[in-house]
Amino acid sequence: MKYSAVTLLRQALRGQRKWPPIVAPAQLKKNYDVIIIGAGGHGLASAHYLAENHGVKDVLVLDSGWIGGGNTARNTTIVRSDYLLHASFALKNFALQLWASLSQDLNFNLMYSPRGYLDLAHSDGELEHFMLRANAMRLGGAEVSILNRSEIAEREPTIDLDRNARYPSSGALFQPDGGVVRHDAVAWGFARSASARGIHIQQNCPVTGLTVKANRITAVTTPLGEFGANKLLISAAGASASLARMAGIRLPLEMINVQAFVTEPVKPVLDSVVNYNAGLCYISQSDKGELVLGGATDGYLSQARRGGFARIEDTLARALQIFPFLSSLRLMRHWSGSADIPMDGNAIVGATPVDGLFINCGWGYAGFKATPAVGWSMAELLAGDAIPELLQPFALDRFASGDLIDDAGIGPYPWRH
Amino acid sequence: MLLIPCPNCGPRDESEFDYGGRAIALPPLEAASDDWHQVLHLSCDTDRRVDEHWYHAGGCECWIRVSRNLFSHEISEVASSIDEAAK
Repeated sequence: MKYSAVTLLRQALRGQRKWPPIVAPAQLKKNYDVIIIGAGGHGLASAHYLAENHGVKDVLVLDSGWIGGGNTARNTTIVRSDYLLHASFALKNFALQLWASLSQDLNFNLMYSPRGYLDLAHSDGELEHFMLRANAMRLGGAEVSILNRSEIAEREPTIDLDRNARYPSSGALFQPDGGVVRHDAVAWGFARSASARGIHIQQNCPVTGLTVKANRITAVTTPLGEFGANKLLISAAGASASLARMAGIRLPLEMINVQAFVTEPVKPVLDSVVNYNAGLCYISQSDKGELVLGGATDGYLSQARRGGFARIEDTLARALQIFPFLSSLRLMRHWSGSADIPMDGNAIVGATPVDGLFINCGWGYAGFKATPAVGWSMAELLAGDAIPELLQPFALDRFASGDLIDDAGIGPYPWRH
Repeated sequence: MLLIPCPNCGPRDESEFDYGGRAIALPPLEAASDDWHQVLHLSCDTDRRVDEHWYHAGGCECWIRVSRNLFSHEISEVASSIDEAAK
């Protein structure tokens, strides 16, 4: 069913009782051309573009939980492409181009809001580094500017720009195309589109085993039985390492806990997405009026999926430093999830040593913004044989060869990325 | 919230500590690059329990070695890293 004003009116006249399910229940087959493990944004986008761009519809998407119930729904919905290293920038900037028309392409309102992304610098040295990053982005074709203090005040009057503040802001990088996208709508939009094109999506179906014969993937085992596959994509964030192990592959990943928070809703006070870099805190205001906040990882290995109070306190203290008015608001919700972070802090996307087995993992707490670009490129990889140019730098074998993509220059300490 | 039983200071809040990551045995400097790759990049595991280093910055200023469950955060063993190294 195509969603439109006419459909809405027709369904209203029927008392809203005749809406078809967004994802049709599938009659599962024994074998598929492609099986994707993980019905999050990335996995479902890969499925959608397999059908849309390449006509590959013999696809099954499996998830141990429900559609978009993992990290897709546990992020702060921010999209941007302000990266210095070209590999990181190119993929996320391509994603930004796709986000711009994705609601129309999917016929599903993703509430994409390019309200601008404001990244605050707190010293002259930091601002100089932001200029370097902005220039690299311009070379890649992105629109970006450096704002001085009065331009920040004009754009976001609620930011505390007092020079006597603990970490006064010296300027900012501003990307006008950055913004927010409704995250669970992304998962459901891709799921609906994939399902409408004949792709099967099975929720609540954990993969318990992978079958590899003569170094080629042949099947997956689940509580619903075994499914044969010519190609398999593991796109399962925190579960990727244990799934890859089932095929005898070790991944250079560690699991870290990340938290996010939502305040009670208030009238519009904050236009852009603001990132505060003296200690990490990123803030935006949702359409409902809630302020959505996120911070750094908990700082140590964790698979607990529940956060420590130390990080909550730290993130909120940073938020108050930049927006003092937040002190009168209460937190309404708080959530946390397991982020899989590789040894150089960047994602692992591409082929594996097992034929027919592909991987997309290690996005840590930075994967949401890349969703459509990863889906687009991963579909190209699964439908053909060549590794798309955008994905080549993210190969798993870069760790053995030393060709790392370490945006922050931190080294093999995932909890610091 | 972790309560880490420092062998020198007793149970203390995690905010007093800096994290040092997994306690892994590094290969000799002259080892082949693949040996370094195995240790630096692939020593991570899907195990529930890890041995790791914590630095008690807000207390005795000593490195300690902690054995912790990544799912429950339960700490089963702690030792001074100096004592461990002397073994």
